[in-house]
Amino acid sequence: MRAAVRHALPMIAMTAGVVALQLVISAADRQFYMTQLVMALYYTIVVMGLCLVMGYAGQVSLGHGGFFALGGYTSAILTTRNLAAHLRPETLQTLERIGLLWSRTDLYGAPLATLAPWPAFVAALLLTGAVALILGFPALRLKGHYLAMATLGFGLIVYRMLLGSAFTGYADGITGVPPWRLAPGVTVSGAMDNRIVNYYIACGFLLFVLWFLRNLTGSRHGRALRSIHDSETAAKAMGVNTPRLKLQAFVISAVLAAAAGSFLTHFNGGIGPSEADAMKSVRYLTLVAAGGMANIWGAMGVSLALTFLSLRGVFGVYDHAVFGGLLIVIVSVAPNGPGRWVADLLRRRRPTVRSSGAAAEPAT
Amino acid sequence: MSQALQYAFSGVTMGAIYAVVAIGFNLVYSTTGILNFAQGEFVMLGGMIAVTYSRFMPLPVAIAAAVATTAAVAALIEAGFIRRLKRHTLLHMIIVTIGLSIVIREAALLIWDEKVRSLPFFTGTESSSVRVFGAAISPQTLWVLGTVFAIVAVLHVFFRFSLKGKAMRACSANPQAAMLCGINTSNMRTLTFAVSGALGALAGCVISPMTMSQYDMGTSLAIKGFAAAMLGGLGNPMAGVAGGLIVGLAEAFSVSVLPAAYKDAVAFALLLCALFVKPHGLFPERGSIAREA
Repeated sequence: MRAAVRHALPMIAMTAGVVALQLVISAADRQFYMTQLVMALYYTIVVMGLCLVMGYAGQVSLGHGGFFALGGYTSAILTTRNLAAHLRPETLQTLERIGLLWSRTDLYGAPLATLAPWPAFVAALLLTGAVALILGFPALRLKGHYLAMATLGFGLIVYRMLLGSAFTGYADGITGVPPWRLAPGVTVSGAMDNRIVNYYIACGFLLFVLWFLRNLTGSRHGRALRSIHDSETAAKAMGVNTPRLKLQAFVISAVLAAAAGSFLTHFNGGIGPSEADAMKSVRYLTLVAAGGMANIWGAMGVSLALTFLSLRGVFGVYDHAVFGGLLIVIVSVAPNGPGRWVADLLRRRRPTVRSSGAAAEPAT
Repeated sequence: MSQALQYAFSGVTMGAIYAVVAIGFNLVYSTTGILNFAQGEFVMLGGMIAVTYSRFMPLPVAIAAAVATTAAVAALIEAGFIRRLKRHTLLHMIIVTIGLSIVIREAALLIWDEKVRSLPFFTGTESSSVRVFGAAISPQTLWVLGTVFAIVAVLHVFFRFSLKGKAMRACSANPQAAMLCGINTSNMRTLTFAVSGALGALAGCVISPMTMSQYDMGTSLAIKGFAAAMLGGLGNPMAGVAGGLIVGLAEAFSVSVLPAAYKDAVAFALLLCALFVKPHGLFPERGSIAREA
């Protein structure tokens, strides 16, 4: 019982923090922070998913921007493409009754029938999962960092295709993505009076991901994953099916990125090709490294803070440079994350009595 | 026929540049085991520095100075920074070079600006052309091909016959054994970085009149160069030449089939195919650390 409470305590504290932050922002009359905060929350979900691949499976992915865009664009295309002209009225009605279609009239009163956001979301996740599977299957069977290259190439192909296809609106991307009604009164959209609701939707999603990843990494699978990161040979010798586990982690993390992309697209009402830019993927990677690699809490904290500041425009023209510089400094000074680095510094200050504890610390 | 030849020439020209980037990649990878994501940035630096220098001095001197400067920057990066990260894992090293490439690019943006600039054509102007078997090509194409051929020839002689080149090969084959033979492996690593920086810079100079230089040109060059290196076989410097030519030709001929906007995607698609079908490349290097990594 006490163990269960201790396990749940961080989640309870997180939830309390979420509510407290909302109250503080509302009390300070800074509701306009909410928009960037919600965006930062969705980007942070991508970072946390990437943390699973980098920190636990020990693989570099430079394609998470691509997965994010794949999810977002699939949602955007499916919920904006008008099917009214292609389907017979009775088919339309049947499909609408089972909730797959959503008919309405457009700005000019013409009939507009698109896929509903839910099935579009599911399609986005399935498509991204399938792509990740195809990409990861051969790349993860090889030793070394072939996944980094494969995903980098993948991200760039996605970027070029989005930029060069009429289907995806060239450089303009897709706009006019409808709001997503999750439940009565709960709608994912960027409307002004809907900011607090959306803050809680995004936080709820983040908390779910946190809960899911914490359970996953604490499970048998999670321990097996961590053993791969420490020593792949040792993990194999213990009977861990390393390629399969790595592939699972990679696909889960790609699907999380797609889900975040889908939500953010509905929130922003559109998506552009810059989401698949190589620099975006590098940013996600930076944030995982800055959070301490195999540290979901660290990745979450660092990502929320830095993404929010970056979206607020605090870094100005040095935006990219800040991320690049941070990457170099953190990895060279504190390869296990700033948290561990500070803890080590503090430990070094203390007398040698505790040095046995330091020696027993596992090498990560 | 002459149109195909035209495509072939443009493919070989770009392919030659990818080949030089691929050689740089392979050099660093085979002696240090590092995948240097900042390799494309050396090409950018070479072009940009040469453009700036060419305002104060004649073109050949400016190019030589730009190559020397970039080599110095590359050596400095290794000696001042990468050398101190010995205990780090491969994962960390990849991340560090990604960070380096961002910082170099952003520094270039601050030093110069986002404007496109270029060196003058080495001979003739942008409108002059030479007829080769019915295809009209710019004289600069011949400069590019000549330079790349010279680079490959000099490197070949260097690795085969000079003491330094042999020492470098020894480091790549077995660093520990090389150390026992009295080779200063640390200095060899610095030298490798300097050489790969110089190669990149030279490529950046000869290509500048045709494709222009810009602060953010490095990333796509690095990736295409990497695709070339992978295709040829990672760690085998000369195999990168074959890889580069394949990537360049595939890209050039894709324009006749696919919309031009997809041109860049072709190189990456080729990279993915290479990864999946022949992960060790067409000409895998035997016995170097590249195979075991």
